[in-house]
Amino acid sequence: MNDIGLKPSLLFDDADWDFEVLQRTLEAIEEIALSDLKLDIYPNQIEIISSEQMLDAYSSHGMPLMYKHWSFGKHFARDQMMYQKGYSGLAYEIVINSNPCIAYLMEENTMTMQALVMAHASFGHNHFFKNNYLFRQWTDAEGILPYLDFAKKYIAKCEDEYGFEEVEAILDASHALMDQGVFRYSRPPRLSDADQMAKLAARAEHEELTFNDIWRTLPNIEEDEEEKEERQAEVRNIKLPEENLLYFIEKASPILRPWQRELVRIVRNVAQYFYPQKQTKVMNEGCATFVHHYIMTELYNRGAIGEGAILEFLHSHSSVVFQPDFDDPRYSGINPYALGFAMMEDIKRICEDPKAEDREWFPEIAGSGDWREILKDAWTNYRDESFILQYLSPKVMRDFHLFAIADSAKESHVEVSAIHDDLGYRRVRERLAAMYDIGMHEPNVQVVAAALEGDRKLTLQHKVHDGRKLNGDTKDVILTHIETLWGHEVKLEDGDA
Amino acid sequence: MAFSHFIDRRKNPKGKSLGNRQRFLKRARAQIKEAVNKSLRDRSLKEIEKGEKISIPSKSTAEPRFRLDPETGKREMVHPGNKEFGKGDKIKKPPKGGGKGKGKKASTDGDGEDSFQFTLTQDEFLDIFFEDLELPNLVKRSLKEIKATAYKRAGITVSGSPTNMNLIRTMRNAHGRRLALHRPSTREMNELKERLFALERIAQPSDEEIALRKDIIAQLEAMESRRRWAPFIDPLDVRFNAYEPTPVETTAAVMFCLMDVSGSMGEREKDLAKRFYMLLYLFLRRRYERVEIVFIRHTHHAEEVDEETFFYSRQSGGTVVSTALDKMLEVQRDRFAAHEWNIYVAQASDGFTQSGDAKRCVEILNESIMPISQYYAYIEILDERELEVFSNEDSGAELWRAYRTFAPQWDHFAQTRIARPQDIFPVFRELFSKNKREAA
Repeated sequence: MNDIGLKPSLLFDDADWDFEVLQRTLEAIEEIALSDLKLDIYPNQIEIISSEQMLDAYSSHGMPLMYKHWSFGKHFARDQMMYQKGYSGLAYEIVINSNPCIAYLMEENTMTMQALVMAHASFGHNHFFKNNYLFRQWTDAEGILPYLDFAKKYIAKCEDEYGFEEVEAILDASHALMDQGVFRYSRPPRLSDADQMAKLAARAEHEELTFNDIWRTLPNIEEDEEEKEERQAEVRNIKLPEENLLYFIEKASPILRPWQRELVRIVRNVAQYFYPQKQTKVMNEGCATFVHHYIMTELYNRGAIGEGAILEFLHSHSSVVFQPDFDDPRYSGINPYALGFAMMEDIKRICEDPKAEDREWFPEIAGSGDWREILKDAWTNYRDESFILQYLSPKVMRDFHLFAIADSAKESHVEVSAIHDDLGYRRVRERLAAMYDIGMHEPNVQVVAAALEGDRKLTLQHKVHDGRKLNGDTKDVILTHIETLWGHEVKLEDGDA
Repeated sequence: MAFSHFIDRRKNPKGKSLGNRQRFLKRARAQIKEAVNKSLRDRSLKEIEKGEKISIPSKSTAEPRFRLDPETGKREMVHPGNKEFGKGDKIKKPPKGGGKGKGKKASTDGDGEDSFQFTLTQDEFLDIFFEDLELPNLVKRSLKEIKATAYKRAGITVSGSPTNMNLIRTMRNAHGRRLALHRPSTREMNELKERLFALERIAQPSDEEIALRKDIIAQLEAMESRRRWAPFIDPLDVRFNAYEPTPVETTAAVMFCLMDVSGSMGEREKDLAKRFYMLLYLFLRRRYERVEIVFIRHTHHAEEVDEETFFYSRQSGGTVVSTALDKMLEVQRDRFAAHEWNIYVAQASDGFTQSGDAKRCVEILNESIMPISQYYAYIEILDERELEVFSNEDSGAELWRAYRTFAPQWDHFAQTRIARPQDIFPVFRELFSKNKREAA
């Protein structure tokens, strides 16, 4: 195998790329992804962009289309500064949960990196988006891009019509409630579907045609009786307590005008769209990393990429899955790429080459040999919390040297409650899983009462868990935001979870 | 390959997030302005044209979300990298305040930082700088042009727009070609036609006359066809004036900054003076390739200093303004020959000088400085109360009154009193309008 000269079988042999090489490499990757790993994917749309366009995409949730808001400008300014100073590189890729699945490749990447990114995003993430139950149930891959397009135009139109400040006030207030603007347990209503968008557009059109300045003096003129009736019926159907604050406000706020309700709804839909991603960071990145690692290694084994490429790949792969220790200045929590990849590699090992310990912990998969099916089942049916609870093995805990620390605000000391030993495995695993339960670290604030007549007071309750209270500074700011949307007094009390 | 395809987006228009940036700058306007004003104090005159890294309090652009307070309740977290801990070990918590340690995670996604840093582009920076000065728009635009280029004639070309057609050249070429190709002239043809008409008017023409007529018609037809392939103007003849963008004359200017640094000039006064110098510098940068700045400070005696010392160190002593003028002339004679340099002088003072000195100042100006300088701007910095007292142009401190009397003799001398940044520009108004006249 030491023929140094020509290697006609190599897909590429230097860092430069062109579309022909990309196409050739993509086909080779796809071959492995579909016939070896048997992944199930959306069609891929792979877009080549410049680093500036990457920064652009970054600042607005990584979406190719987004409405305009100052906070995106702020994120852009920060990312640009970090990038120019060399504090942080750009992500190699951005991938969008849509059908077709859109992935961005930066033009500056070397060919090896392009191959890695395609395997990672266009096959790993893509498979996860298409199959994981959370994404299937809660997001609408077909509808998201048309919806964002609609949202962008709608908001731009509102800015024209009602002024920047008016729109900004509603968006600011709604953004503050994004974390509390999702349905966690019941399936959300679909995005405005094509019909609804058409209806809104037609209504706007009609308004323009029949525009008469006189009507401006009448409040809420845009909402006709029928719509109001419909909305109020929906409000009556909401059973309190309601966990989705944005939904409740959108429907029940006594003061919002129809276009303002639509803005709240847009923010709520965007929040809901990203909600599954928050719950599957470890799995999603783990899946993509596992897939790119498998495919790149396989390409090398098949003689399709050379020594140089595989070394370059291993270099960036190992920095992606690097996990600093807790006492390392670089430490900022557990790296989802590292944990996800380690767990999935370990599942493969348990299937193929189990030890006695593995047979004891994972009798149903140990030695079964069929790691492809096991992993695909995990990718489909779990989220981070349940995945860790089910599959975190003692070996991975030992490799990571995981330990749990109990911290009570009252005490002057923290206590090590469990470490990676026989006594501690289950507790460490349980605590780690709990850290990925969004309900545990994001405050749970619910609507418990709303006077729809009379003083129209809105009462919210923070469900206190383990005695952890809300941070006072942000709490007050957010309350004023909620009052902007509600228009009347808003009270927030603590309650037991 | 049914499953995948590539799209090249690199050519797509850039700056998609520009709208977001404008909204952000607008949102944080007040804080950004404060930061810019602060940085004006810190930056040197020559740096005025650069973009600027600024930091604003992050609170102004916070995006609040409900957060759990790490100082309350109980929690249990898992971390990697255990080395020596065993179950039940107790670890003292780091002291509060600096105690980020384990709580770090909360601040990475929250708005934990105290300040938000980003870079303003040169345009954005100048916009904010200009805001206080209340510059007319035309002036703002012209100051922001970095490289001034002018289109200059650069010979003749064969292609160009119709408006640039060089008629003389074109017609001369056409004429030469017509001669060379023996194009029948209109006059020749008209003569023939006259003859033809005359013949045709004959009621009963003889055979001879009929033959002649035929001959003339044949001749005319031949001429006609010759004219067709040798047209009056052929595209080959057309010439256009060529223009090339060339940088405006590379000339040099020196700007003398004179300032009274005696005790009565406080930080506010110096700050205003600095803006005054900055504006002049910007203006000069635009007109001259090379601009040197000389800083001369004075109390009862004057010295040339560097910028740092000029703006920030204090000196005590009396006030004799004429010493600065002497010093300026000395430096000028030494290093900036009047025939090579355009000389601009900007003087800032609180208007006080030793009695009798004002007269001497006027003498020096009249005899030595005004004849060699392009422009002399004098600002007297007052506080706002004084500005009201001295609302009448004719009253004022000694130096002001002395300058008032001599000013009308020189049209490139300007003086004004300022108490606020927006008072600065009027001093330069003439300077800019003069420039406008040149450009027109």
